[in-house]
Amino acid sequence: MTAPAAPAAAPAALTPLSRLLALGRAETTLLRRNRTAVFLALVLPFALVGSLRSILRAAADHTPGLDVDGNLVTSAMGIVLLVVVYTNLTTAYTARRNELVLKRLRTGEAADGEVLLGTAVPSIGLALLQCLLLGVGGLVLLDGLRAPANPLLLLAGLLLSALLLTALAALSSAVTRTVETAGITTLPLMLAAQFGSGLMVPLESMPDTVANLCRLLPTTPALQLLHIGWLGTDGTGPSAGFAGTWGEAALPLLLAAAWAGAAAWAARRWFRWEPRR
Amino acid sequence: MTDTSRPRPAVAARGLHRRYGPSGSGGFEAVRGLDLDVAPGELFALLGTNGAGKTSTLEVLEGLAAPSAGEVRVLGLDPRRERAALRPRIGIMLQEGGFPGELTLAETGRCWAGLTTGARAVDEALDLLGLLPRRAVRVKQLSGGERRRLDLAMALLGRPEVLFLDEPSTGLDPEARAAVWRLIRELRSAGTTVVLTTHYLEEAEELADRLAIMHHGRVVTGGTVAEVLAAHPARIAFELPERTGAHAALELPPLPGTSTALDGRRVLLRTPDLQGTLTELLGWAARHRVELARLDARSASLEEAFLAVAASGPDADPSAGPNVGPSAVPARPETLGSAA
Repeated sequence: MTAPAAPAAAPAALTPLSRLLALGRAETTLLRRNRTAVFLALVLPFALVGSLRSILRAAADHTPGLDVDGNLVTSAMGIVLLVVVYTNLTTAYTARRNELVLKRLRTGEAADGEVLLGTAVPSIGLALLQCLLLGVGGLVLLDGLRAPANPLLLLAGLLLSALLLTALAALSSAVTRTVETAGITTLPLMLAAQFGSGLMVPLESMPDTVANLCRLLPTTPALQLLHIGWLGTDGTGPSAGFAGTWGEAALPLLLAAAWAGAAAWAARRWFRWEPRR
Repeated sequence: MTDTSRPRPAVAARGLHRRYGPSGSGGFEAVRGLDLDVAPGELFALLGTNGAGKTSTLEVLEGLAAPSAGEVRVLGLDPRRERAALRPRIGIMLQEGGFPGELTLAETGRCWAGLTTGARAVDEALDLLGLLPRRAVRVKQLSGGERRRLDLAMALLGRPEVLFLDEPSTGLDPEARAAVWRLIRELRSAGTTVVLTTHYLEEAEELADRLAIMHHGRVVTGGTVAEVLAAHPARIAFELPERTGAHAALELPPLPGTSTALDGRRVLLRTPDLQGTLTELLGWAARHRVELARLDARSASLEEAFLAVAASGPDADPSAGPNVGPSAVPARPETLGSAA
């Protein structure tokens, strides 16, 4: 022990980004070592594609003009985001809280938001990678699939969905006592998003009043952006093209950003950093 | 009336209150008007029974919790409002904190180094606590004592100027405790200010330059170990023989300044002057050929000071407690704002 208490020269300051990467790296190692999470993240979404396709084909029978292949890819992306970001992170936040890791991290230099986002880095990264694979795989394998109408909008939809679901995962973990009960606490949002945000049941195949109610769900606008970004339309009409999709997407974009902001605010407000006693 | 010869305290608190829950009878006030000054380079121990408010106080000093009233400065900074400037200069070890069980020690260290300004090499930090041979082991496989040492190693990663340790040696075996004490002493010699809580009295006696004993949210006694002990009387205990025969009319001599408690034949004397009282007593016993059975004489110990404090009720007036001594935890009149 020869180290003086104060270093002679001020050491280089860390940036929020470098702290996010340090947390993300450790979380990536933890995710790799969690077999259940890896299995769920890698296998489940792709296993769903098959059943999703038959569901969409059945919907196409009574919804003329429904783009089965386009819906298949964007819905699969939505489900990947739900499973890999939302459920996986709800479990991760709960586990870190119960191990008192979050409490310990708060004593360090990382700000609260950095701790939450840093924990989410590998989940978001993995989900985006899988979405890329789904998109590329879809274009290669599905003859009926056209190229995305507006890739920028698609990307915005992916990022907004990831942020929204991260904040919702933080909120869900606030009411999740143990890792084992995360399956129950995430169920309401999983069901609402899968059946109400156009993933398992395309909004365009619903009666208008039901579809409009579903658009009020927090997860619908962000996931709609994937649909509009790829298919170029919110419904079954022809693609509005790159320029036209911005108009079509203006309201969902605004709503998605508002929901993400509200969820982030609520997560900061109600997140629990320590286990309940 | 600022004393300029005195360096600005490394840690200072004035009128600190911390309340849990609603105001009124529904809530609980864990800290009730605490004043504290820790000089730079000093090792300061906060003692108290469980629930005295040690951890609640420490969390406010560390900036992990807001005080419900009062002011705190650490290195002249507000631990909450100036958190970003202060955190790189302090190290914190919680009473209970965790690291992910599935990471190895080296991976844990690498993550923390990425979160710590001016971090020393991870292996160097592990080596300080004798954990280098365990660097490739996962945290979940560590013993409780090893986890505490890992926690301390991470607190030391950034070579902090001020180190907050909440019960650093709880859960350690005697050998590890001795090693941690040695390390803490070395840190102090290198100029680190250390604030630690403990309920091991020998830990405070062994390490602390100054200490404060907390009880029900207040500091009731403070100062150097010698000052705290000086405020408490020494004790002499013995048993008188049966009052029959030669000892039928036996009376203790007058012992000025002492208080006497009798329980049957058992006598307990409390005296500020152990040597004088003991000389009187033994002289008297020799003159009267009295055998003082189970004779036990001892100076005040920190334990007695501690127990005396713990025995007092929750609403005891701190000013009525033992004399705090001249340099002990002064409550200077000026606010922290003007002192800083």
